[in-house]
Amino acid sequence: MSTADAIAIIDYGAGNLRSVVHAVAHAGLNAIVTDDASVIRRAPGVILPGVGAAADTMENLVSRNLTGVIEEVISGGKPFLGVCMGMQALFTVSEEGGSHACLDILGGTVRRFAPGLSIPHMGWNQVRQVRSHPIFDGIADDTHFYFVHSFHVDATDYKVVIGNTTYGITFPSVIASGSLVATQFHPEKSANGGLRLYANFGRIVRGELGHGMTSQTDTVEVA
Amino acid sequence: MLTKRVIPCLDVAAGRVVRGVKFSADKDAGDPIELARRYNTDGADELVFYDITASHEGRGLFMDLLEDCARELFIPLCVGGGLATVDDLYGVLRAGADKTSINSAAVRTPDLIDQGARRFGSQCIVLSIDAKKTVEDDGRNWWQVYVNGGRKATGIDAVAWAREGVDRGAGELVLNSIDADGTREGYDLDLLSTVTGLVEVPVVASGGAGTLDHFTDAFSIGHAHAVLAASVFHYGVFSVPEVKRHLATHGLPVRL
Repeated sequence: MSTADAIAIIDYGAGNLRSVVHAVAHAGLNAIVTDDASVIRRAPGVILPGVGAAADTMENLVSRNLTGVIEEVISGGKPFLGVCMGMQALFTVSEEGGSHACLDILGGTVRRFAPGLSIPHMGWNQVRQVRSHPIFDGIADDTHFYFVHSFHVDATDYKVVIGNTTYGITFPSVIASGSLVATQFHPEKSANGGLRLYANFGRIVRGELGHGMTSQTDTVEVA
Repeated sequence: MLTKRVIPCLDVAAGRVVRGVKFSADKDAGDPIELARRYNTDGADELVFYDITASHEGRGLFMDLLEDCARELFIPLCVGGGLATVDDLYGVLRAGADKTSINSAAVRTPDLIDQGARRFGSQCIVLSIDAKKTVEDDGRNWWQVYVNGGRKATGIDAVAWAREGVDRGAGELVLNSIDADGTREGYDLDLLSTVTGLVEVPVVASGGAGTLDHFTDAFSIGHAHAVLAASVFHYGVFSVPEVKRHLATHGLPVRL
């Protein structure tokens, strides 16, 4: 396999990089780990993994000069998949450890779960598919995925939410906008459902599954 | 709904899974990779690999094994046994672990919890506590922390240590009852419910599972978030799906 058609997995020091690499390979995707903006720009698709704290994530992205290329490939319509912290970083601001500006590609705030629940939200929880999207191809509604996080996204525009999950509150667990998709859970740790999701992303990149968001039409039942 | 987790634990010595009774390894229980694959297929929610060899050679075998497992298992892996420094934690995380379980070293150097949580995030730091019920001459009962594989008493109160560990940044606790370990007489439900009532983080029950109802009790009476067991799974006393179906019939949410 050549690296020319390899999906770029952005390396900014995220701890779970290797599990993402293994899962993506197992799902049959050709991928390359890189922090080189020109490689990311040339790749047919991009994955932004992540685990840890928002402030560290943003610091690492900034110090490696990666924020610009992320904004560029997303606005250019390249298939893009954010995972966990790689989803939260796309929003306006995170309240983790104070208040930290994030990439502001999508409007919204990353908030801590309310007191009274066990934190982190750790384990397998269901994803309710609230909008159809090719990333869900072959994945049953309410499939369990593996979560581990203490903060959740509160999106300004509910239309970007394509999957949600309930833990005390109902929060967005899969979001999509244009060619961008992101998950709060870890597909690389979510057994068959997660591998299928990576395989679907690969098919979106190769143009086999449609490109990103299908147009949403509100249907009205006529009696 | 967040499901109750069922976690097989593989105690590994010299590249083989061994079975422990009251914290001493005795019987061989099989090939780690084979067992890990079986649990993965069976729907285990997570796996724990515990390195119980102290030798340098055993350590090398263990790291190779971890890398092999991480390459083909797509569920969370927690690794423990002899982790004493932040570099040790980094080593197993790099080899494919998602979480690190620290025990004796955290008792000796509590700051290891703070350092690990700062560097890798609380979700990576599991504080594993070996506790044994201690009865004083005046009849007072308490749970004492033991270290070095359950061989050495520390004089530390396990419940207070649990709380301190969470304050320092542990993202999850594993409570191993030394009294119950390997006996198949049930988890220590008093210890569990005492700790789950005190801390915000998830608590994993460990040591003593012998019947299907023991698993149910850990959740409904002990308020655990997950159950960990070793020999009953390795020897096929129960399968993971069997435990989960039993939990489901008692109204507990599981991933089937």
